[in-house]
Amino acid sequence: MLPYTTPLIGGLLIGASAVALLLFLGRIAGISGIVWGAVSAQPDNSWRWLFILGLLVGPLLYHSATGTPYPVPSALQWWHAAIGGLLVGFGVKLGSGCTSGHGVCGIGRRSPRSIVATVVFMTCGIATVTVVRHVLGGL
Amino acid sequence: MRNMIALLCGLVFGVGLAVSGMTDTAKVLGFLDVFGNWMPDLAFVMGGAVCVTLLAFPLVLRRAKPLLSARFSLPVTKAIDSRLLGGAVIFGIGWGIYGYCPGPALSALLYLDYKTAVFVTAMLVGMALANRIDST
Repeated sequence: MLPYTTPLIGGLLIGASAVALLLFLGRIAGISGIVWGAVSAQPDNSWRWLFILGLLVGPLLYHSATGTPYPVPSALQWWHAAIGGLLVGFGVKLGSGCTSGHGVCGIGRRSPRSIVATVVFMTCGIATVTVVRHVLGGL
Repeated sequence: MRNMIALLCGLVFGVGLAVSGMTDTAKVLGFLDVFGNWMPDLAFVMGGAVCVTLLAFPLVLRRAKPLLSARFSLPVTKAIDSRLLGGAVIFGIGWGIYGYCPGPALSALLYLDYKTAVFVTAMLVGMALANRIDST
């Protein structure tokens, strides 16, 4: 296969899922919003839990159907995961969205808010990796 | 029927994340490492997904209502304020530290690396903290 075919296929699947969720349920496929809605017990919640169930099981189906091995577990420590997760959760709730809600869906709706948010979190992600790897020499 | 569709959408989304490499933190951090040994793969994930939504969302939103719901539930906030920007900054930093954003973190849970469970738990705590601050 041509280089970058698999990431492109993955992206197209993610986009197709977002379009189907909007077409059938009228909902935005923003993962942070769906997760927060599910755990904070919003009304009409069953679709959120089922979407999350699919999200959990989908990768297992893919790996077992294609024989693709799981990714190598992160070499970082558990406390990197704790700090990263805390910041991600705080940030997406405060900023009302993540890579899927602002990035994939918000840009698809041509929402200025989402375009700005996406540029900001991408830039900050790049800046963080740059500082961690090339200024601090790793965490 | 709505629940069936939601489950299917979740499955396709999860497969997409796994196919694309988003559930691999090394690839994500490699993609964000623009000034180092840059791995451009994940640009094609975002690019592919956004192409689909850019083309199809306007067609879908031309409808009076979705196929299986009474109305579209779309975000109503328009303001580009300090909350949006601050949230995006904090999210981006967290993403750059470990390499997961919310979707891939959940999708990677059943790979059963305990650190992913730590990440997701901390993420839920972070959301609850932000919610508390938001509501004061």
